[in-house]
Amino acid sequence: MSASTPWDRKSAQEIIRKHRAMDGAALPILHALQESFGFIHEEAVVLVAEELNLTRAEVHGIVTFYHDFRAEPAGRHVIRLCRAEACQSMGADRLAEYAQAKLGAKWGDTTRDGAVTLEPVFCLGLCACAPSAMIDGRVVGRLDEKRLDALLAKVDGATR
Amino acid sequence: MSARVFIPKDSGALAVGAEEVATALAAAAKRKNVALDIVRTGSRGLYWLEPMIEVATPAGRIAYGPVTEGDVETLLAALPNGGPHPKRLGKPEDIPFLKRQTRLTFARCGIVDPLSIDDYKAHGGWRGLEKAVSLKPEAIVEEVVQSGLRGRGGAGFPTGIKWRTVLQAKGEPKYIVCNADEGDSGTFSDRMIMEGDPFVLIEGMAIAALATGATKGYVYIRSEYPHSVATMNEAVAIARRAGYLGPKVAGSARAFEIEIRMGAGAYVCGEETSLLESLEGKRGLVRAKPPLPAHQGLFGKPTVINNVISLASVPAILADGAAHYRDFGMGRSRGTMPIQLAGNVKHGGLFEAAFGLTLGELVDDIAGGTATGRPVRAVQVGGPLGAYFPRSLFDTPFDYEAFTAKNGLIGHGGVVVFDDTVDMARQARFAMEFCAIESCGKCTPCRIGSTRGVEVIDRIVRGENREANLALVKDLCNTLKFGSLCALGGFTPFPVMSALTHFPEDFGAGPRLAAAE
Repeated sequence: MSASTPWDRKSAQEIIRKHRAMDGAALPILHALQESFGFIHEEAVVLVAEELNLTRAEVHGIVTFYHDFRAEPAGRHVIRLCRAEACQSMGADRLAEYAQAKLGAKWGDTTRDGAVTLEPVFCLGLCACAPSAMIDGRVVGRLDEKRLDALLAKVDGATR
Repeated sequence: MSARVFIPKDSGALAVGAEEVATALAAAAKRKNVALDIVRTGSRGLYWLEPMIEVATPAGRIAYGPVTEGDVETLLAALPNGGPHPKRLGKPEDIPFLKRQTRLTFARCGIVDPLSIDDYKAHGGWRGLEKAVSLKPEAIVEEVVQSGLRGRGGAGFPTGIKWRTVLQAKGEPKYIVCNADEGDSGTFSDRMIMEGDPFVLIEGMAIAALATGATKGYVYIRSEYPHSVATMNEAVAIARRAGYLGPKVAGSARAFEIEIRMGAGAYVCGEETSLLESLEGKRGLVRAKPPLPAHQGLFGKPTVINNVISLASVPAILADGAAHYRDFGMGRSRGTMPIQLAGNVKHGGLFEAAFGLTLGELVDDIAGGTATGRPVRAVQVGGPLGAYFPRSLFDTPFDYEAFTAKNGLIGHGGVVVFDDTVDMARQARFAMEFCAIESCGKCTPCRIGSTRGVEVIDRIVRGENREANLALVKDLCNTLKFGSLCALGGFTPFPVMSALTHFPEDFGAGPRLAAAE
């Protein structure tokens, strides 16, 4: 998100080496890389493979298996709307259609001005205050069109 | 003297404004020179009343809720004495939703400061571990076997038997893995424990380690729970400093360490073998069993893999004895179950109770029906792989075997309520779609069958060759059920077939009935 730094091979290598000694280090390394750069750079795949003594194909397989890892940077803000059943029972499908129309973005898209990436999420554990979402890491519940508008306006204002 | 005020920091409370309320209250108190000692807690689990804040008075705690920022000014006058206010709820223990519960596993949740180890001890914490330290591993295992505790993650396998297998298995080191990949929609009990009473999970894992000879533990938490990850990391560090983890667990000669790991958004990693693969740093591909994780689990070593609630239930079992726990419940479902009432409900939240309440009591009585005020039409129990129940099955008691007998499952205890606007063909389609999105890809019926399932349901809804396509979807469900290694492919037929069986009118079998009352 907004805090990420531009891709840098050397600092990526440092991040990888810092976590390399952990048992089953791949996920902690990929999380740390994404935390730092905002996405998993192509070159990072090669570096992780070298450092962990895996093939490039294996690392590519890991990166693409998990929904969290991005191949490209996200927008300045990330909105993850819950699409799971508990939220569906409280109108999440309708809310999702509204958000998509309002942002002009389908699931996984970033708005053309690069401000907002809209993503689905399957459950945030906020099922007793549905529908829910996570906006730049902040949890929100009891959402409706009005509340989403207010949150979008806040996000939008912050980017200008 | 400053009044002690308790404000939840649980994600569910934060999602509805607890942080804003806490900030506003602290600012108002400062401005008006009212001495308040604000303590952040977990949630009591009465989510329709969140943010629910409490104040300590000589007569016990008094609750207020749902509190908004706008209430803060007037609340400030009432708070110090627990005085009158339109949002005053009285003693939390007297609120019927809480009063009717039996809180064993959630005894402290919402009451204590989650990161205060003194608070934990003062409220009965560490008694189970202290007891375990005085026992031989076989005796700890026996206590858990006798309690009748079964895996609360969903499979319902006896926890003690699993531990015994690991105790008897050869191989070093042994591992305790806590499955905190709580991906089922409608469930949040693991999250509440991790955010509201993390030491109970650490204590449960330490007891499991003493029982089986494990030296290393992992908690695998889903990335959708950042607050749980943060709280657990802090709690582990505090427990280590206090000597409950490390080279001498609780003063014993035994070493045990815990590390927190984060998932990366794959639902299937809640399946135990997929989770182990993920912990090993691989794609979360499901493994064939045997070998059982108890024999060859994490990194090929003997591994206990238990759900958060299973492990968090153990300290109370050791502290108060197996019989105390076993005396709750019915049939082969012993003890209590944290049931999560979610979705379109008036009173949503966590309801820990002995097994045996009927689905109807839970939905109509305890949850108070729907939030929208419309009639209840369908209830999905046990997450996205659980069956949809119609009103005609509301007499089913909440019990592992009773739900199996009705072609359903209780899973991790999630109950998601839908009103009469639900389109069950759409729900069935979603179950297949979800399976297609989340399939790990190992088994063909799950990987490809789920996509074909979406297409066939679409054809049925469009009225194309209805009878032939209905037969096809039933056949496909059969293939998924018997041709998949894990519950993702194996159980996706539950929501699909239950929707087809109980709500045929939504699949074009004549006009849809008016809400079945």
